[in-house]
Parts: sequence; structure tokens; C-alpha cells
Amino acid sequence: MDTLLTEPLVPATDESTAAAPWRGFAAGSWQREVDVRDFILRNVTPYHGDASFLAGPTARTRALWSKVAELLKAERASKGGVLDVDTETFSSITAHAPGYIDPALELIVGLQTDKPLKRAMMPFGGWRMVKAGLEAYGFTPSPKLEEVFPSLRKTHNDGVFDAYSEESLRCRKSGVITGLPDAYGRGRIIGDYRRLALYGAARLTADKRAQFASLELDRLDEETLRLREEITEQIRALEELVTMAASYGFDVTRPAATAHEAVQWTYLAYLAAVKEANGAAMSLGRVSSFLDIYVERDLMDGRIDESMAQELIDQFVIKLRMVRFLRTPEYDQLFSGDPTWVTECLGGMAEDGRTLVTRGSFRMLNSLRDLGPAPEPNLTVLWSERLPEGFKRFCTETSIRTCSVQYESDELMRPLWGDDYAIACCVSAMRIGKQMQFFGARANLAKTLLYAINGGRDEVTGEQIGPALAPVTGDVLTYDAVMESFVPMMEWLAKAYMNALNTIHFMHDKYMYERLEMALHDRDVLRTMACGIAGLSVVADSLSAIRHATVRVVRDERGLATDFVVEGEYPAFGNNDDRVDAIAVWLVERFMAALRKQKAYRNAIPTQSVLTITSNVVYGKKTGNTPDGRKAGQPFAPGANPMHGRDMKGAVASMASVAKLPYAHAQDGISYTFTIVPSALGPTEPERVGNLVGLLDGYFAQGGHHINVNVFDRETLVHAMDHPELYPQLTIRVSGYAVNFIKLTREQQLDVISRTFHEKH
Amino acid sequence: MDSLDPWGVAWAAPRTAAPATPKVSGWIHSVETGATVDGPGVRHVVFFAGCPLRCLYCHNPDTWHMHDGKPTTAADVLADIASTAGFLRHGHGGVTLSGGEPLVQPEFAAAILHGCKDLGLHTALDTSGFLGAHADDALLADTDLVLLDIKAFKESTYRALTGGDLRPTLEFAERLSLMGKAVWLRYVLVPGLTDRFDEIEGLAEFTAGLEVVERVDVLPFHRLGEHKWRALRLPYRLAHTEPPDEALVERVKGVFRAQGLSAP
Repeated sequence: MDTLLTEPLVPATDESTAAAPWRGFAAGSWQREVDVRDFILRNVTPYHGDASFLAGPTARTRALWSKVAELLKAERASKGGVLDVDTETFSSITAHAPGYIDPALELIVGLQTDKPLKRAMMPFGGWRMVKAGLEAYGFTPSPKLEEVFPSLRKTHNDGVFDAYSEESLRCRKSGVITGLPDAYGRGRIIGDYRRLALYGAARLTADKRAQFASLELDRLDEETLRLREEITEQIRALEELVTMAASYGFDVTRPAATAHEAVQWTYLAYLAAVKEANGAAMSLGRVSSFLDIYVERDLMDGRIDESMAQELIDQFVIKLRMVRFLRTPEYDQLFSGDPTWVTECLGGMAEDGRTLVTRGSFRMLNSLRDLGPAPEPNLTVLWSERLPEGFKRFCTETSIRTCSVQYESDELMRPLWGDDYAIACCVSAMRIGKQMQFFGARANLAKTLLYAINGGRDEVTGEQIGPALAPVTGDVLTYDAVMESFVPMMEWLAKAYMNALNTIHFMHDKYMYERLEMALHDRDVLRTMACGIAGLSVVADSLSAIRHATVRVVRDERGLATDFVVEGEYPAFGNNDDRVDAIAVWLVERFMAALRKQKAYRNAIPTQSVLTITSNVVYGKKTGNTPDGRKAGQPFAPGANPMHGRDMKGAVASMASVAKLPYAHAQDGISYTFTIVPSALGPTEPERVGNLVGLLDGYFAQGGHHINVNVFDRETLVHAMDHPELYPQLTIRVSGYAVNFIKLTREQQLDVISRTFHEKH
Repeated sequence: MDSLDPWGVAWAAPRTAAPATPKVSGWIHSVETGATVDGPGVRHVVFFAGCPLRCLYCHNPDTWHMHDGKPTTAADVLADIASTAGFLRHGHGGVTLSGGEPLVQPEFAAAILHGCKDLGLHTALDTSGFLGAHADDALLADTDLVLLDIKAFKESTYRALTGGDLRPTLEFAERLSLMGKAVWLRYVLVPGLTDRFDEIEGLAEFTAGLEVVERVDVLPFHRLGEHKWRALRLPYRLAHTEPPDEALVERVKGVFRAQGLSAP
């Protein structure tokens, strides 16, 4: 394309530039040891202005994005939304030759396989999953797959099922524990991808060798041996990263010397991770303000201008939008819309009181304007009342226009995780490069309540799943009698749940260790065992109904309580009514107390989340009638949301109820999805922007942890269901992440439409 | 001391003197938290039950009768407000009494407004002004902003539309003007009913002359309340009236702007 020739190219790095990658940076301990946080705090340029400095997309970016848009269209039209799969190659960091979309247009390069949107086989989580995925989407698995698995190579999935207890198998089958990462990658580990840019692979490898040497102990016990083996694997992964980068023409043994290189190096490190691991969430971390330091230096040196700075970020974002994994239809049912959770955190405050908002934070948000809305990367604003006003307004303006932003309370998280943490997946905070989690999916609290009423028998199958405690008797449920059974049932669930998770993560470390991601961590990391609960509002409302209304039990011929008749009214969660909100708070605290009693694998610290992602639909499907009046099969509310349509007092009352849930006892995050029609946010655009800032400030000041913001009319969604071709980029926030609305299953689309939309009277 | 934030909302520090607990009670239809269209910023709106007018376009006919509401004490209303006061302060908003017609229950309204001022919150009174005489000076002293609905500017049009007299509303408007009380005028534009430009021009001139009107909201008629009329088995006479088109709304706003008024 001729027009592109008029655009200045980003200058190549000459030898003297490459030889002085840290020129102009403020010195600090980051030079002596791997400490990205120290580098950022000494060199960051906080930005207090508004969005007026931003440049739009370059012609090159627009041309590239239109090519990608064509590919995405072809992908949507393909069976199961899978464009292509490499059925012959087992993916690794170096398995695939370099791939390009259009080298003439690409400023940031690198693909997971040799072609865009072509998925790779990553069989170490479970080869059956790969086989099922291939067959479901019309591909023939290579005979090699069955030659190697399981006879030559055992997988994570094989290991777990070799060791699972009878109880774990029962709980998994009944759905009281669902979504366990026992056949797929656990994800939720964030490599500190910035380290490659700042230090280069040679330095990082040398550091890892020193760590290895530091474990030359008198007594090599199991723990030490495991770590020694892991570090050796980490070094190997770094070496493979160097080889992969070289295939694209980059020498990443040395640090990045320019903004262009810093973006490219960071992306290559991330790319190596997603070539090797298909984790449930492959989050990016917190790179925007880090990269801004390089951009600021290049701007000062006159090496690039604002338009080029934006182009680097836009092109980086295009690549992040193209990350793909081969998954099965069952997985998609649980986590719909083909999510990868490339979560990137923006904003937040430093411990010294300065804001960490930079022009780079704006540029990342601006990619939504330049390229249009999209679910990935999962842009997450770390909110503080003290964030600069111009940034707050740019965030809410972007939310209103794109529904592609989520917000989490920096004021709640910073005291626990410092000022260089990031979010894995949706709401899980962790110190970058210093902490990881063992992802634990979630336990079904609503089903557990039914088990308490039915003496441990499943309300659908009648099978004995939990302990055979005395069932609740009588025609009318009394609060005390139900509680007497419910508490021990929760204690049992916590035990069964932890045993299952310990099995899974023991095997995951053994058969599917995340070498590259852990190579970008310190030697000794803090581990959390991230448990979770689903159905919080169903259980809170059920207990409220039992206490404040009359709940009659309907038992079937098996003697199982299978239906409930609610007589009278009860206060429902989501109306800022302490009579029920206190029950919800108690549930969170009580289940966490039960989890804390368990011993977690590898000395992990138990935590929990109140998060369902889109699995609230599947959980609801597997759960019978509940005492709040919810019918069997109906979806739960997502995350910590009030049940659909039961929050009657408006947006603030709903937010106030959720904000009461204690983060101290749900340190893996509390997800709330908020949907409001534009006209209910204010009469004019500037008022809407300001009012949304006010609602966010109010929610977080009240103690809220996370909020997804959707601003649209129900009619838009109904129209999009019937005319998906008109809404290729319609993005909505669901539960800690965003999805392409038209990629949801019809069931999930209906669930979204049935949720509470805050409207004016 | 009052300070003025960038949104132009005056903030008073919470009063220090402990007020007597308001024991007054009244009838409430419903509450909406987080509203943004009934006054500035994020608001807690209390919908009072009971209204003396019977406007043809009323979108809350279920608020006409006081005893259809729920009996509530002012103390309970205030406790509810206090629990989310943080949202209202951060959202540069406050509390709006609406309805129905809040001045059907002036003592109840006064107690709530007074309690809100004790909490340091901005207050707004959404009224037709028909019962303006019920609002004593103490009640208005606790009201920062009056959202005044002047539904028509010709006596006969007003009567045909609402079943009531226009005069009390205009007198109330003049009283507010004399007191220097901030007013937002609201005018519902109904094609065929309130779209006569000679009347609108008269209203605009009158409004500008009050010198206290900060903003004019021209609200396009909508039929979203129709289902409520049906549920109450009341005949809905505007079933065939279409909402005004955007051009008409803009023209009407233009009439107000021509008088130097702000009509966003």
C-alpha cells in the first residue's frame, strides 16, 4: 500500500543505543538485583492531565487491524469458532516457525503458531481434552497423539485421576464442586514479562543459576529437590525463549534499548508463556506504566512521536487480541466466549502517594477507541479516589462507550499486596513475580445448603454425596434447624474441596509445570490456594426466606426435599437491607473459616473468591429448586451479584449490599457486574461521565472490591442476538472479564438479558 | 462554612447540634437509590405517595393515593439515606423528594429534609408547586434546590392536562424567586398538548424573569408509564400520542435558550 510509505518507520536500534539500554534511567537497587518495582518507582512519570494529548491510530495500524478483522470474521464463521489447528505439532516455546499477519504492516511481531489464529495442541494438561477439542471442531488428531499419550508420556489429567479420592470423584460428578482444573491448565500465574525487557535473558538466566547454586544444601530434602529441578527447567525455558526470539530476528539476551524493543521484548516473553501453557487465565500483569518509561525516554530523545507511541501500543494490543487456545465445547460452556483473560492493570497509586497513572495508561485505554471494543486484553483499572480526575473521567467515558473496562479497589488491595501487584484472570491480586496462586474454581454453596436439608443426598440424583448427617425434618423450614445442618455440611465441603485441590496442584506441578512463567518469578514465591464459592445470593436469600417468611418443604417419594413454597415476603440481598446482607457476610466469613482449617499443598495460604465467571449458568443447571423460590435449572446470579430482578431499590442500594462483603475473608476477589442503561446514568454525556465517576468513588469508599460496568440498553442485546452479523465487536462485561456478546451460547445470552438493568422509574 | 465544588453544588459541613429524632411518619411509595436525573449528581430519591393532580401523562399513577403507599417513619427514611451517604457525597449528589407530590405530606417532607441537612447532604424538592403554600419557610430553608414542574403556561391548558389550577404554581415560583431559591424548571413536552409555541414562549419569558432558574429540562413525553395505568384499570388517554421528535425538542429548548436560560 503506497500510503504507508509516507509514514515514518520507527528507527532501528543502532549499536551504540543497544550497548546502553539503561541510558538516562535513574539509578537504584534495580540495577544490582531483579527488582522491577524499584525501577518503576524511580523512573515513572505520573500524568495528571486529560486525554487531549492522545493520537489516533496510524494508517498502518488501521490497515493491519482490517486484515485481522477479516480473519476474525472467518474464524467466527468456522465450525465452533475455530479457524485452524496445527494437528501435528505439540506446542512448545520453539515448536513453531515464525508466523506473521503481514510483515509489512506489523510493528510488533510474534504469533503462537506459524499462522494467525491457528491454534496449537498443548496436550500436557490432558490429551483427551485435546483429542475431544480437535474432533469437536472437525479436525483429525494426528496418530502421533495416541502414540505418545498416555503410553510414553503421562499428563496432568492422568495423574490427577490416578490419585483422586472417591469423595473427590463423587463431588465432581454431582457438581457440588465444578470447573476444577484437573484436565486443563490452571493458569492464574503471571510471569513478570517486564523482566525480559529490563534485564534481558542473559542476566535473568545468570540470576536463576545463582538461585540454583543457593540450593546447594547439606540436606537435599523433597522440597529442595523439587525446587532445584524446577529452576533447571526455568533456565531451559529462558534459553528456548532466546531461540524463539532469534527466529523473529531479535537478540533478547540483552535488555531492550528502546520503547519499540521494550514492547517487543515484553510481548515475546508473554508469547513464550502462551506457546507453552494454555492456562485458564493467561494474564499480562501491569505493563503499561512500565513501558511508558521507555516511551517517555524515546519521546524526549526525539526518537518517536506520540503517534508512534500509540502505534506501538495498538499493535501490541492487536497481538494480545489474537491469543487462542484449543478447548472443548464443555469448557466453552463453562467459560464462554473463548476467553484468555489477558488481564492488564492500569492506574493505582504508589505507596509513596504518587499516582501510577501515566500517559501509557491512557494509550492502553485508547486502543479501545483506535481498534474498537474487544474483550481482550482484559483492561482493569486499579481505582483509588486519589487517581487524577482526568484519568477517572477518561476511564468512565471509555466504559460508557465500550463496556470493556473493569474496576478494582486499589485502596483495598495495596495494603495487602503492595504497589506492584496485578490481577490474574478477573479479580485475583498477586505481587508480580513474587506470588502465584493455585486456581481452585469454585464450590456450589447453594447445592451444599440442599445437601444440609437432605442429609448429604443429592437433590437431583438422590445419591449420597456428602456425609449422611440427619436431614432437616418438618413441613416448614426453621432457621435454627437448617443452620444446625448447614454449618457441618460447609465444614465437610471445605475438607472435600481442599483435598481435591491438593491432588490437582500436586499433579499440575509434576506434569505441567509452568517453566517460563515461573522463570519470571523470584526463587521463593508466596502461594495461595484460591478456593471459591458460587451461589452466594441464592443461599443468602434462601436463609433470609427461611428466617423472615415461611418456607414449606415439598418432598418426593424418595423423601428428598425437592421443592419449596415461599409464603410471605423476605428481604433479598441487593437492597442494602442488613437483615439479609448480614447473612451474606456471615456466609463468606464462615466458609473462609472452614477453608482456613485445611492444610493446603505446598504450604499455600487458603483464600476464596466470590466469582463465577460465566459458570453461574452451568451451576444453576445442576442445582435443584432452592428455598428462595429459585427454580431448578435457573442460573445463579454471577459472582457476588444479587439475584436477577430482586434488587429493587436502585443502583446504589445494590452496590451497597455487595460492598459489605468482607475482602479480608475473600482475598481472591469479590466480583460484581453492574449494568445500567445510558439514560439512567444522566441526561447528558458529560453528566454521565461524572456520575459514573461518582458511583465508582462511592462504591469503593464503601468497601467494594470489584465492579464490571456495562452501559447499554436491553434492546441492543436483543437485537444483537437476532442479528449477530451487525455486532461483530459488541463487548459486554460478564463476571471479571469481558466477552464478545455474539460468541456467548444462546442460554448465556438470555441469562445476561434477564439480569437487573438499572433503569430510572 | 459552605464550599463550592466544581459541580457547583454547595456542601455544608454536617451540623454539630444533635437534632431531636424525627418521630414524624408518612406514606412512601418507593425509593430509588443512585438516580441521576432528578437533580445534580448521584441521588437518593424518595417517592412520596399521594398527589392532588391527575396529569394525563403521569408515569406514576400508582402514586396518586397516599394510602397506597407504605407507612414509614422519617427516622427510618433517614437511616436508609445515612447508610449510603458516602455515595451521594462522592457522586456530587444528594437527596430528592419526589412522588406523587411531596407537599401532600409537608411535615413528613420537612422532617426528612431537615434530617438530610443534618447529614450535610444536598436536598432537592421535586414538585408541581400546586401545593406550594404547604411549604413553610423552614421547609424551604432545608431545601437547596426546587425541581419545579410547570406543566403548562395557559390556565385552560393546565386545567385540561392536570385537572388543577395553574395559579398556585406561579405564585410558588414567584415566592421562590423572592427567596433567591435555586430552581430547575421541568417541562414535559407532549405533542398536541403542550407544544404550542406561544405558550412556551410565555413560560420561557416568565421563567427568565424569576432570575433563580439555573436550568431548564425539556422532557420528551414517553409512554413508559402506560402499563401502570392498565394495571390500575384506568383509561390512558395518550395511548395514541407519539413522543416528540428530536427536532421539536431542540426547537423548544431553543425558546428557553433565547431567554438566556440553560437548557442542556
